[in-house]
Amino acid sequence: MAAPQQQKLKVNGPVAVTANRLADGAVVWRTAAGGWSTALGDAAVVTTAPEAIALLEGAHKRDTDAVGAYVAPVVLGEDGAILPGNLRERIRVNGVTFELPASEPPASTLPAA
Amino acid sequence: MYVYDEFDRAFLAERVADFRDQVERRLSGALTEDEFKPLRLMNGVYLQLHAYMLRIAIPYGTLSSDQLRRMAHVARVYDRGYGHFTTRQNIQFNWIKLEDLPQAMADLGEVGVHGIQTSGNCIRNVTTDQWAGATPEEFDDPRIWAEILRQYSTFHPEFTYLPRKFKIAITAAPKDRAATKVHDVGLRLHRNEDGELGFEVLVGGGLGRTPFVGKSIRPFLPVRHVLSYIEAIMRVYNQFGRRDNIYKARIKILVHEIGAEAFAEAVEAEWANIRDGALQLTDEIIDDIRARFLYPDFAALEDEPAELTAALEDPRFATWYRNSVHKHKVPGYSIVTISLKPVGAPPGDATADQMDAVADLADAYAFHEIRVGHEQNLCLPNVATRDLPELWRRLDAAGLATPNVNHISDIIACPGLDYCALANARAIPVAQEISKRFADLDRSRGIGRLHVNISGCINACGHHHVGHIGILGVEKNGQEFYQITLGGRADEHAQLGTLLGPAVSYDQVPGLIEDIVDAYLELRSSPKELFIDTVHRLGVEPFKERVYATH
Ligand code: HEM
Ligand code: SF4
Repeated sequence: MAAPQQQKLKVNGPVAVTANRLADGAVVWRTAAGGWSTALGDAAVVTTAPEAIALLEGAHKRDTDAVGAYVAPVVLGEDGAILPGNLRERIRVNGVTFELPASEPPASTLPAA
Repeated sequence: MYVYDEFDRAFLAERVADFRDQVERRLSGALTEDEFKPLRLMNGVYLQLHAYMLRIAIPYGTLSSDQLRRMAHVARVYDRGYGHFTTRQNIQFNWIKLEDLPQAMADLGEVGVHGIQTSGNCIRNVTTDQWAGATPEEFDDPRIWAEILRQYSTFHPEFTYLPRKFKIAITAAPKDRAATKVHDVGLRLHRNEDGELGFEVLVGGGLGRTPFVGKSIRPFLPVRHVLSYIEAIMRVYNQFGRRDNIYKARIKILVHEIGAEAFAEAVEAEWANIRDGALQLTDEIIDDIRARFLYPDFAALEDEPAELTAALEDPRFATWYRNSVHKHKVPGYSIVTISLKPVGAPPGDATADQMDAVADLADAYAFHEIRVGHEQNLCLPNVATRDLPELWRRLDAAGLATPNVNHISDIIACPGLDYCALANARAIPVAQEISKRFADLDRSRGIGRLHVNISGCINACGHHHVGHIGILGVEKNGQEFYQITLGGRADEHAQLGTLLGPAVSYDQVPGLIEDIVDAYLELRSSPKELFIDTVHRLGVEPFKERVYATH
């Protein structure tokens, strides 16, 4: 997955526009109202390249809210839920795929005697 | 430890103030992202998948206990309670908010650490052997030379906008723990027949999408000429290196395109003009830097104290001792490696509590000093051998005594698709799964030295080309696939791995690695023949036949 920002825009399915929030880098999604939300469920979902470009242009107008906007694939669930469309976006939405190191020391790592 | 002077401290404070101002202007909109990005990168701040990442340099891998404690503090207060040690003697914090970054940097600056030279097209943090100053193998303490290069290269106006980033590594021991042959410039300190100290100079090594092993362009460079010679190399690179294509901009491409001989000639011609000029190092300068490295007050101790002999009766201690402890140049002292690869954990991560624990142990047993090696482990370079049993007990209590250094579970892995915006595939969970499969320490000891290196994309931050087993994440139709190479190595016999066969899917990787290991156990000439030697003796074919037959 070459970084999506560098890819040519091809839209063949539902897509949304995503970016990172300027202040803390959090993953955000472009909403239909022209704002940003951390909930993928709030994203404006479109299915054609011109619509996607329009969303992206809106996103680029102001760069103090979010940065690095690009078009990301999404999947629509049966109940209309919006889900991330590939592994990269799944990781961006759900976090890393393993347990983060916790600040309690793990149990002894030595072999039993 | 190296003692910083007032100049360094004042400079860092100014630098943090500048950055605070830049962040404020960015947040207010006075600076655009395009304007701000190069500024943040010059301070080691990246934007990853879900957050900003701060990369902090650990010059020549040396940390004081106070510095490590401060890193724990940053992890705890501004991040999620852990940090990640990288293959270039840096530490990365993965979740810091832009708003908090200036304060985090100010906190770090107070103990003399910073993100300068961790990013951008400059001469990066000069790396070296984590056993520097402690190993009996070395000809001199390589950190002295790393520090001279650091002072020379930091914000050098000619080298702040190079065609591309530039990485230098130094080894002062014949056994290369600094991967000098896969750096833009590798310096190998040794003595000539007259007993004079000098460097063998290698150029054009590197990993990434076009990997090369560095070529030797000068067998012996007297140490006093090291700056003028590096300057000559940089000038030739600055003049002829390609700026039109980011993928062809590293010095390795230039050296490859014009050939090492022609490159060496150009350097020598440039050098002839400057070798006896202002950059020649006088004994006074060298002695001044040397004097700023304070060595511990070693006591006269026995090499085999009773405490050690008694503790070796305990097989658990003995296992750790044989795996993680090495000989020191001073009798009665030892070098201790602390594995940051507990079975099933992300390679190179340490929690804030673990950092504090290591800092405390360094205070109690190791003259307040900690090292970071390129294999993403820590090291206490100066421990009295008689204290080893106590140290071991306390390391164990902190989850830091896994005796798997240089074993198959001592994996180098880059952040991969779990963090990195450039990734094709995940690296950390692959490492976790492999390490779980080889959790049995008797089994992994039976396998012997075996380096598995994993990168999540062709940029090769996880050094996959030089892993005995290299694993590279690629993408096929939106799925994670992995190419496996065998026979790479990063030491003094550095070599790039050879592709084993077609890429396999995420789920197949751990099984494939087990099959490769089984093939090795079957093919090795004796239990003494290391994996890497079996691969070099037989090539990859016999492995390929066995491994792909079952997949
Ligand atoms: C957001 C995180 C990171 C980004 C964006 C990143 C980016 C890159 C890129 C673009 C390259 C290829 C450069 C070239 O060939 O010119 C590279 C190489 C490299 N990076 Fe990273 N990297 C990241 C994290 C890391 C980490 C965590 C480590 C250490 C574990 C690391 C160490 C290296 C090394 C050793 C190389 C290859 C050696 C060479 O430069 O030839 N990087 N990185
Ligand atoms: S190798 Fe690729 S995936 Fe891994 S950290 Fe480097 S750029 Fe990211």
